[in-house]
Amino acid sequence: MTAISLKNLDISYGHTQITHGVTLDIAAGASFALVGESGSGKSTVLKAIAGLAPQWKGDIAVNGKPRSHGIDRGFSKMCQMVFQDPYGSLHPRKTIDTTLSEPLDIHGIGNQGKRVEETMAAVGLDRRFRFRFPHQLSGGQRQRVAIARALMLEPRILLLDEPTSALDVSVQAEILNLLKRLRREQGLTYLMVTHNLPVVSFLCDRLAVMRGGRIVEVADVAQLKAGTLVDPYSRELLAANKGHALESA
Amino acid sequence: MSALLDVKNLRVSFPTPRGPVEVVRGVSFTLGRERLGIVGESGSGKSMTGRSILKLVRAPGKVTADRLSFDGIELTAQSERQMRAIRGARISMVMQDPKFSLNPVMTIGEQIAEALLTHQTLPRSEIRARVFAMLESVRINDPERVAKLYPHEVSGGMGQRVMIAMMLIPEPDLLIADEPTSALDVSVQAQVLDIINEQIVGKGMGLILISHDLNLVASYCDRILVMYRGEVVEACKASELGQTKHPYTRGLLAAMPRIDENRDELPVLDRSAWATA
Repeated sequence: MTAISLKNLDISYGHTQITHGVTLDIAAGASFALVGESGSGKSTVLKAIAGLAPQWKGDIAVNGKPRSHGIDRGFSKMCQMVFQDPYGSLHPRKTIDTTLSEPLDIHGIGNQGKRVEETMAAVGLDRRFRFRFPHQLSGGQRQRVAIARALMLEPRILLLDEPTSALDVSVQAEILNLLKRLRREQGLTYLMVTHNLPVVSFLCDRLAVMRGGRIVEVADVAQLKAGTLVDPYSRELLAANKGHALESA
Repeated sequence: MSALLDVKNLRVSFPTPRGPVEVVRGVSFTLGRERLGIVGESGSGKSMTGRSILKLVRAPGKVTADRLSFDGIELTAQSERQMRAIRGARISMVMQDPKFSLNPVMTIGEQIAEALLTHQTLPRSEIRARVFAMLESVRINDPERVAKLYPHEVSGGMGQRVMIAMMLIPEPDLLIADEPTSALDVSVQAQVLDIINEQIVGKGMGLILISHDLNLVASYCDRILVMYRGEVVEACKASELGQTKHPYTRGLLAAMPRIDENRDELPVLDRSAWATA
């Protein structure tokens, strides 16, 4: 079954068209990466799926159901997003408990205390953090909160927008391990945006390379590892990523 | 070769309600006309080390050092006025993010010229020629057009090249680059670092490259200092990074995913093992 299916997706901000005919099928349970440089439209694709960029033409279907242009509660239960910067994506004046219970409030789900504790345990956050504020946590802990918030409604699909690029390498390793474990335990589907190819090779099984709002290549991660990407631009990206790793080896 | 920069027992502390917190705890190193990399995580004190060399740590932060001498000048004894003659002209610094470090209401040409004019007086035609030549040397192909642009009209990579041009036009002896590429795309990073490298080697300057990326530092520097919690835990040649002994350095290297990643789980640092009180 396809978890996310995009057909001829044209997304615009005002008069500027950002993506041109993006067509993509992501199987349920897959971990898919969108890579490309800044301005290639990769984050915009995620935003359109999440409903944050409502000005689009084409088809977006999630778990077989077409997505509307408006706010869609049924959709939110299926698909949630984790943002890049854990310093900016949590409300500074709400405790972790409030942040995590909010989605439950909106959807009228009960037994909140137990659910909050369970999700915090799942992302490896100690119970003592429950009534703290974001500024009392480190960057890695905040990103765990952001992931926990996305998991509160027990979605099947997570949209990840550069989930580790604001973090130190040692903390990045912890978050990547967490994402990998959650996917294994809960059978989630990931659609991740990143420009870090080594992260793709650790966490994902397929990837699409974007440039100037178009998908130039869809490949298996095995091709990435073996360095056999076909499109000249993908190869350029690979070379830039390998650049300093090779010189130091 | 006499040392360009000699730092001995550098300490930086900030007062807090619970007493002073030392963020740099007794760092010592010497630097010739070579490329030195300082690596560490957030909060390891690497940026503070860079800033204290230029005496840019603001009150209430306190900097002390047994010796902080640059080319025979003892920096700790310099007045603020004397420091201004050194900053830019002798030691300059490239900051992390061009978006926040360039003046948004001055054109690029004016800003670069300002860096030059602060330290010397030159006829206008010569300034123009030097600004254009400098822009060209950081691989900006049409300097005449770019000099007229404002910072918001250029991309991040070009902004960073403008910063580098501005920092290098007074021909300093030492360049401190604090995370010069972490706000940039991977594809542009290599290009910016190549430009820095080319300028440093070409002019025989000293470079301190501050970064959290071990591989990046290893490929652009001669020597590496690894910092953890305000102390230098390891110093080695860049080429010998693979044979490092310290568990912290090894942990950092192992935690990084590789492009041909096959590990099921990435090793995570166990901080309790080498905590230094």
